[in-house]
Amino acid sequence: MDKTKLNEGMKKYTMVIALLFVTLFFTWQTGGKLLLPQNVSNLIAQNAYVFVLATGMLLCILTGGNIDLSVGSVVCFVGAIGAKLMESMGMNPVLAVIVMLVIGTLIGAWQGFWIAFVRVPPFIVTLAGMLIFRGLSNVVLNGQTESITSKGFIKIFGGGADCYIPDVFGIEEFNLTSMLLGVLACVIYVIIQVMGRRNRVKKGYATESLSAMIAKTVVICAVVLAFTYKISKYRGIPTALIWVLIVVLVYGYITSKTTTGRHFYAVGGNEKATKLSGINTDKVYFLAYCNMGFLAALAGMLTIARMTSAQPTYGQNYEMDAIGSCFIGGASAYGGVGTVAGVIIGAVLMGVINLGMSIMGVDANYQRVVKGFVLLGAVIFDVVSKKRNK
Amino acid sequence: MANSILEMKQITKTFPGVKALDNVNLQVEKGEIHALVGENGAGKSTLMNVLSGIYPYGTYEGEILYEGEVCKFQQIKDSESKGIVIIHQELALIPYMTIGENMFLGNERGSKFNISWSETYGKADEYLKIVGLKESSKTLVKDLGIGKQQLVEIAKALAKDAKLLILDEPTASLNESDSKALLDLLLQLKKKGLTSIIISHKLNEISYVADRITVIRDGSTIETLDKNKDCISESRIIKGMVGRELTDRFPKRENKEIGAIALEIKDWNVYHPLYTERKVVDHVSMYVRKGEIVGISGLMGAGRTELAMSVFGKSYGTNITGSIEIHGKEVELKNVKAAIQHKLAYVTEDRKGNGLILSNSIKKNTTMANMEEISNHTVIDKDKEYHVACDYVKKLRTKCSSVEQNAGNLSGGNQQKVLLAKWMFANPDVLILDEPTRGIDVGAKYEIYSIMNQLVAEGKSVIMISSELPEVLGMCDRIYVMNEGRIVGMVQAEDTSQEEIMSCILKSSNG
Repeated sequence: MDKTKLNEGMKKYTMVIALLFVTLFFTWQTGGKLLLPQNVSNLIAQNAYVFVLATGMLLCILTGGNIDLSVGSVVCFVGAIGAKLMESMGMNPVLAVIVMLVIGTLIGAWQGFWIAFVRVPPFIVTLAGMLIFRGLSNVVLNGQTESITSKGFIKIFGGGADCYIPDVFGIEEFNLTSMLLGVLACVIYVIIQVMGRRNRVKKGYATESLSAMIAKTVVICAVVLAFTYKISKYRGIPTALIWVLIVVLVYGYITSKTTTGRHFYAVGGNEKATKLSGINTDKVYFLAYCNMGFLAALAGMLTIARMTSAQPTYGQNYEMDAIGSCFIGGASAYGGVGTVAGVIIGAVLMGVINLGMSIMGVDANYQRVVKGFVLLGAVIFDVVSKKRNK
Repeated sequence: MANSILEMKQITKTFPGVKALDNVNLQVEKGEIHALVGENGAGKSTLMNVLSGIYPYGTYEGEILYEGEVCKFQQIKDSESKGIVIIHQELALIPYMTIGENMFLGNERGSKFNISWSETYGKADEYLKIVGLKESSKTLVKDLGIGKQQLVEIAKALAKDAKLLILDEPTASLNESDSKALLDLLLQLKKKGLTSIIISHKLNEISYVADRITVIRDGSTIETLDKNKDCISESRIIKGMVGRELTDRFPKRENKEIGAIALEIKDWNVYHPLYTERKVVDHVSMYVRKGEIVGISGLMGAGRTELAMSVFGKSYGTNITGSIEIHGKEVELKNVKAAIQHKLAYVTEDRKGNGLILSNSIKKNTTMANMEEISNHTVIDKDKEYHVACDYVKKLRTKCSSVEQNAGNLSGGNQQKVLLAKWMFANPDVLILDEPTRGIDVGAKYEIYSIMNQLVAEGKSVIMISSELPEVLGMCDRIYVMNEGRIVGMVQAEDTSQEEIMSCILKSSNG
């Protein structure tokens, strides 16, 4: 492998390496407590909303470093409406879920309209949205807590005591179903890799070296298996993880494999060139914010299910978690660069730091300080490495 | 010479891949108006940037003598402190500040922590009087017309105690009477002992104000004409500007086959998108046939890019009127997508700003204008995409490590090839190439020319916008000459000359 290739590889996996070191550091500092099955499981369940929001935020950031400040308030507002519908008005949870998603998307469309077609700066539009929907949440809830009693809703969206994939085998202290699902995921992954490679060889396209492919596959499968083993030893796969997986897979596919996804990168990379290539850039902005509203609604459901209630203070600083994850995960503050996988790694990194420090008993205020420095450091790294490339 | 205020000796400035200035000499005498003329890209602006310290000492070779001493300017401030002030073509005034604030920006009156506004406005009014502006210095700059803004720029320069004033195309965007006022002001300031260097394309203005004229061509000084000794007629100056030889810098085109009209534009009018009363394209009619290369020649700001972009799906301008016929059928190209669907392509002059996504790979740039071709129901076939990109890299001989390399890391010539590949992949019938060889070296130019020949051999039509006359003459079948938004002439390439085109442009200039 020549030097530039090695450098590129290093850059590509910087955050993975950083995540590895951070995990090792906290495992050492907490005497191994970080990797206890319960903690690993909590890492996912607690941060499910971050994964979902960060994925949506990535699309906004891709269009040119534009952020959405309103997501925390929208999460709260949609949650409040959902709670009111299901509890005070006794609406069927399925119908309530649909209404919540529609409202979320409409909010996104409202903000997207001003941003894309009237060209009001996103910062302003979403700052206004942040105020508006925080205020409306209070109005909807009358400033009070609305508890949620629908068992089905809570379970499906990952809240309450029993929010795990049920085990059909009934073994004590080990959820075999979850473990088998993990194994199944690995098998599917391997099959896709092998088929893709065979296809490429058949058509005579370039392929990566066999050893590199095997190494990559082994590492990924090992991580998946180790992870499912851990959570199987606790209570199994949290249902929230299913939602996260769906979002990650769908958006990972859209951003990397479809023309629509390509448009987001193009607009952020060079809007004028994109326009002159016959791509409707206004529509791209609109879609980004529409979609952000949709995913904020999903995050809202995850939040109220987890808390089994809706409160007017929910969702505070969620936007910051999402934005932070994107930038730590390698999205460029100028747009056009970033991947769903990177963002997820960024979110996990933040989650590990949070969890590790909580276990160590670090004061919450210091936790914020540390997270702030991590965010700044990640972006400095991005900016500096780009400058050096020039 | 005892009276010389400035001497630039043997200035050589190299940009990566291009020698912009090659042993240029310029000598300016105290109290004269010295004109600097030359084609676009001849190196006039570069020379002035060297002088004013925009390119700091050490990035060029040669010596600058100003009032007898050697100058080593590191930044603009250094040259300004010596009284050398440059006024750029694009005005550098801040619209929402008053005239007074603009005039003393970075040069504030009073102390650092306490600006004296009375002194600011008092002084500003004095300078305004000198340049003949009746406005109060508390007027916002945005409320002034361009002509008056230009005068404010001069007043601003005077406020910096300018001894040597450099004006880069000061009248380019001015109308006749404003231009006259500005030139008269220069003559008046000259009487007070101010030395100026004026860069201009308008030869009638130059013969009106200049005492001496230095002609620059291809980065070298050609000659300096003295009003009192030499004849400075327009044709004499033109001869100096364009006297280049046409050697075999252009690939031969074999078996030309020119067919029916592929694209015709009739009575096309476009207004400026911001200054909506300004007409940038004025009653233009033109056509291009199948298998033909048509040139549009003209100086910068003639409205050629604006014409091309407005035709290409109305991507420039407002109040566009006129009709477009493609293969004899009238069409309405209301956006870029429609233009691409009607098999039109526009290859921009600004490949970094409007053409490529520098942070994306060659591969992604290549397929950007025609993603349908490599995708199935919006799902991209990445292997096919890779294949397409490789094909074009091979076909156009783009030098790169792989198609995954970022476009931003390529040289200008190779970027141009990627941009061409992008539009060739969109499969157009008519390609508009805007300055396709700007800023790329001779070898790459030849390759671009060969690609153009290949395109027309395949039955496509090419419209080439270029400011380089030899290139237009060497490559095109027919040439439209454009100036100030209008087509001012149409010639067959074989029976015209650089001089003829240049004088066609210059004679049509008003002002």
